[in-house]
Amino acid sequence: MDSALIPKGVKRAPLWQFTLFIGIVGIVLLWGVYAMVLCWLKGLNQTNMNDAYGFALWIWADLAVIALGGGAFFSGFLKYIIGKDELKNIINYAVLIGFICYSSALLILAIDIGQPLRGWFIFWHANVHSMLTEVAFCLSCYFAVLTIEYIPLILENRQIDKVPFFHNLGHNMHHVMAVFAATGAFLSFFHQGSLGGVTGVLFGRPFGFREGVLIWPTTFFLFTWSAAAVGPCFTLLVTKITEKVTGKKLVKDNVVELLAKISGWMLATYIIAKIIDTWYWAAVTAPESGFSMMDFYTNNPVYGIWILVLEIVIGGVVPALILITDAGRKNKTALITATVLAVIGICVNRWVMVLQVLAVPVLPFESWFMYFPSWQEIATTILPVAYGIILIGLSHRYLPIFPQERELNPIEES
Amino acid sequence: MKSTNTQTKKYGMVIDLDKCTGCGACMVACMAENNVPFKENESNKQDSITWLRVYKMDNGKPYPENDICYLPRPCMHCEGHAGHSPCVSVCPATATDYSTETGIVSQIYTRCFGCRYCMAACPYHVRYFNWWDPVWPEGMEKMLSPNVSVRTRGVVEKCSFCFHRYQLAMEKAHYEGREEIEEEEYQTACCQACPADAITFGDLYNPKHKVFELKQTPGAFRLLERLGTNPKVFYLTSRDWVRKQGDNYLKNEGQVIAKGGH
Amino acid sequence: MFPFSFEWIWDMSHMVFHGGLWYALTIIGLGMTFCIIKSVVDTMQGKGAHHDEEHH
Repeated sequence: MDSALIPKGVKRAPLWQFTLFIGIVGIVLLWGVYAMVLCWLKGLNQTNMNDAYGFALWIWADLAVIALGGGAFFSGFLKYIIGKDELKNIINYAVLIGFICYSSALLILAIDIGQPLRGWFIFWHANVHSMLTEVAFCLSCYFAVLTIEYIPLILENRQIDKVPFFHNLGHNMHHVMAVFAATGAFLSFFHQGSLGGVTGVLFGRPFGFREGVLIWPTTFFLFTWSAAAVGPCFTLLVTKITEKVTGKKLVKDNVVELLAKISGWMLATYIIAKIIDTWYWAAVTAPESGFSMMDFYTNNPVYGIWILVLEIVIGGVVPALILITDAGRKNKTALITATVLAVIGICVNRWVMVLQVLAVPVLPFESWFMYFPSWQEIATTILPVAYGIILIGLSHRYLPIFPQERELNPIEES
Repeated sequence: MKSTNTQTKKYGMVIDLDKCTGCGACMVACMAENNVPFKENESNKQDSITWLRVYKMDNGKPYPENDICYLPRPCMHCEGHAGHSPCVSVCPATATDYSTETGIVSQIYTRCFGCRYCMAACPYHVRYFNWWDPVWPEGMEKMLSPNVSVRTRGVVEKCSFCFHRYQLAMEKAHYEGREEIEEEEYQTACCQACPADAITFGDLYNPKHKVFELKQTPGAFRLLERLGTNPKVFYLTSRDWVRKQGDNYLKNEGQVIAKGGH
Repeated sequence: MFPFSFEWIWDMSHMVFHGGLWYALTIIGLGMTFCIIKSVVDTMQGKGAHHDEEHH
């Protein structure tokens, strides 16, 4: 039965091996589910969040996975709008990773709110002036788009494809995919930006507040830009990990290098903008509120200037330099190092834009607020990772995710 | 809904820090008045609810120059720029509102779904999350105020300037055929409980109210004015170090004394 | 979300925000409706019944 579901002409691990793999990851998943149920039944007292840390690990995870899932919208934008046709060989995987990231983000948000049963209020009683409202709407709509982009992949399963209606549906959805991808790109530009705006508009929080254009702070544009830059890096990184795990080459080098090059230039331009933004904030915005830049990086046990160096130099400038050079992209170790660094850089950026914002004391007679997550928070943050691995495992085994796999890995029977 | 029987007011507070002894009566009165829940163990102040919190400030000098000051901190009911207070505009579900009629920032508990964005937005930490369901010691539930709704787990709450008292006063006035209320008809619980008479409450717009004059006292300041939050709680003190701790200043900036009133 | 919600105001913010939202929802909705209806019609016309398994 299992072999009947596997795409023709490709080799997969024995069923027992696959089952064992899913089983082990499944245990981690169940641990996360248990913590999630605890949070839903007993409330957010299960976390180490407090009144100083209303936003904590989960919101960081949300921001991080949405940035990393940005590979889906930007690859779609490049393929369907700009016309980079080679990317068709990696876009399925970008969509799958995006789908995992966005479904995870929605799940985490559902755990994070104090009254999950009232979650629909954000739509029904929408305050259009809130960045979070824009996030909720665009996130949900874009998740619908990602689902629409993922469905044709599922319909390509050997057995499902035999059903004429499903075959036709998959075929027709492929035909209008450019329209969905364009809508997805439109929604993504806004919600990635709104996530940046979430902190950027907080004029009561000098560490996070940024000036901007009309209602949009600079972080609005920086978040979209950085997601477009690092999202593809994450897609490449996960592709490389998948190749390592499966022991097969799945995507041709020219495709990887094209996406890496575009990502590199996006990252390079982003990091220049980020440096200018940081300089303006340190020289003008923060001093207007009575803070010098070093006030945000001293007198506390964790947040030193190292975090700014890690984010901008090690996680930004270095990977950008590697990715924009031909030699850097062609050297496998350098390429993977660059993607890892870029991912770290973006995760650090999202961390400081959530947690450091709240750690900094604003009232002069208060001191820094420190926080460490509870096991329930950690488990529920690892939960989406386990879920993602399982979904990737299932999708890779039963769906033709990589169009070049057969060509790159010919087997005798075919 | 447009009100036809009231003129625009801007309720606010003036707190004389030189009078405050840090006794905490205001905190107790506030908790009793507003059905504020508490925990069996209140040692962790980071997740307990105190709508009005008294901070202890220190001038950082050794004895004998050492000096302390107690600073009661209710919700600042920030007006921001044209009602754009830090917390109101960020609430995604319109669960908090800035009243242009009274200048009070309200919190709609039944609308709040607990995203806590408003807490992240507030630099004064006046917003508290209900991490637990309220549990009252046996018999105490009979002592709860019927005028203030009890909150459930998972929603944010904060000081309302005892808004229910305003509603009751307006109702009474309406019943008696009056359109407006007198100063003493609407006073907050903390203000009435203060034995040192450090807290004065009233309409900052109304020249007949004591706060109108007091807020113009030379040296009156508000917390974190530089952020542009435009709060409605003013503080009085004769001590420079206290005033200086009301805001953040760069090292090269001279003593900046915030002006009272506006 | 809807004009009958009591907090709805017919101002520029609501029109821009909800205009964008309903525009996106309409495209998604119409796109999927088109795909489903066309697939039903195609299936009724016998398309996709004897296709090559791996062809798209």
